[in-house]
Amino acid sequence: MPPDEQTSAFEAGPLMDSEVTRLVDHLFRREAGKMVATLTRILGFENLQLAEDVVQDALLKAMQNWAFGGVPRNPSAWLMQVARNQALDAVRRQQNFRSKEKQITAFLEHRSAAQPASVHFEDEIRDDQLRMMFACCHPLLAREAQVALTLKTLCGFGEEEIATAFLTSTAAIAKRLVRARQRIREAGVSLEIPAGHDLSSRLDAVLQTLYLLFNEGYKASRGEDLIRQDLCDEAIRLTTLLAEHPAGNQPKTHALLSLMLLSGARLSARVDAEGNLLLLAEQDRSRWDRAMIQRGLAHLNRSAAGREISEFHLQAGIACCHCTAASYEATDWQRILTLYDILVETNNSPVVALNRAVAISRVRGPEAGLRAVELIPDRAALESYYLWHAVVAQLHFERGDFSKAASHFQRALELTALTVEQVFLENRLRACREKLAAPGA
Amino acid sequence: MPEQSNDFLYLFRGGADPKRMSPEQMQQNMNKWFTWMGQLRSEGKFKAGEPLSDEGKVLSGRKGSVVSDGPFVEGKEEVGGYLIVAAKDLNEATALAKGCPIFDNDGTVEVRPIEHIPGL
Repeated sequence: MPPDEQTSAFEAGPLMDSEVTRLVDHLFRREAGKMVATLTRILGFENLQLAEDVVQDALLKAMQNWAFGGVPRNPSAWLMQVARNQALDAVRRQQNFRSKEKQITAFLEHRSAAQPASVHFEDEIRDDQLRMMFACCHPLLAREAQVALTLKTLCGFGEEEIATAFLTSTAAIAKRLVRARQRIREAGVSLEIPAGHDLSSRLDAVLQTLYLLFNEGYKASRGEDLIRQDLCDEAIRLTTLLAEHPAGNQPKTHALLSLMLLSGARLSARVDAEGNLLLLAEQDRSRWDRAMIQRGLAHLNRSAAGREISEFHLQAGIACCHCTAASYEATDWQRILTLYDILVETNNSPVVALNRAVAISRVRGPEAGLRAVELIPDRAALESYYLWHAVVAQLHFERGDFSKAASHFQRALELTALTVEQVFLENRLRACREKLAAPGA
Repeated sequence: MPEQSNDFLYLFRGGADPKRMSPEQMQQNMNKWFTWMGQLRSEGKFKAGEPLSDEGKVLSGRKGSVVSDGPFVEGKEEVGGYLIVAAKDLNEATALAKGCPIFDNDGTVEVRPIEHIPGL
């Protein structure tokens, strides 16, 4: 227990069995993100590493003390006070803080006096996180460095966890983070919420990074389930934070948030009880998260406030069509196709074009879908993509060409490394073979 | 003559390396300790226990004239905390210690019976 603190935050209740579960899931991770954001504001962005070390020490003290002595009444305040003390020690020890020691000390002391539950305090923490968000997504940094830094500093992920999420090595992530911090120091990037002329483009960069973060979690083709769900949750949390702040409260932010919520609401229904991947048509729609869909629709409404139609607007609109359809058959494919038609004009991604081809096949049949697939520019890039083969295979299957369907399912099977997808494709392949073996095939 | 009491001292050494743990891993590690210690408490075995800071001093020589600063040994040999448990005998105390989460991270538990001097 820190020696010089006798305030209410340190009053530990006796450790009861039931209290073990009272500690909020991911509390350490959440608080780590908040504390790093606040301390970095006080110590300066160039001292990000110091802030992270101080927070690590505070969590370590909590881990050791709470296990023996029980959880304090206000765990967040306890952690922040310990981190504050560690930071004060570091400031007093280090020569390079001498010039601003008084200012930093005064600030840290003021902070501890603030009532943790007050609205003012909550606002400050939110602003600290937003400043950090804009700084981590600074255009100076490569996008993958932005994502790694956001996960490390704002979401409290460890290097190993980030590496797991991105299927790369811990060493590679560590190197990426070191370089990013170095870049920040060299360029003198400051912690601030951009305003005026800068705001729009800086906001775009943040939204793109949050979108990428969400997509990493959402796509089924890599990483561990648990980490992926966490990535989606964190992306939604940060985007919500942004949407509620005057700097981020813009139609495109609400559109992105809506897209995340309307997609995230269906996440758990994508697999059955055995963990097998389900097609949209096969999903049990009663498992979709209705509350999340409602939130998503509310933000979709708020996204319609301006004249701008961003890519997020279009994608959220498509997700909305799926979420509001009572059944697969009742889906408004015509509207989805219209939205894809607009989307392909600004986004030349072959994956978007592939999705559009699927929408065409729902409206005009599998033959039309296959013709649309043929017309995709950059088709070569798609041919090493398992989903391209899976789509083509499914369209051939629907028009009764089981032999072509089988060869594309086979190719798709060879291109995916994920077990759930392999199982799914093997089942499709078996269906083709049964059709081929059936009399009259 | 000192005789054995029913109290036993656990000394914890080593275990998880906090410098390498993520916040999530720390919380999970703490939860495991909670569970183990909660069980000792609910069975009435827990008597006392605290973690130890890795700072400290070692005194030696005449009248303790030689004072050295901690940490004094390698991380895996450093005592990180202690616990006093009540048990029937050394066998039971040893069996209780087997549930300690420190073993998930290559740590050790030293179990020592506390001697009790009658009449004092």
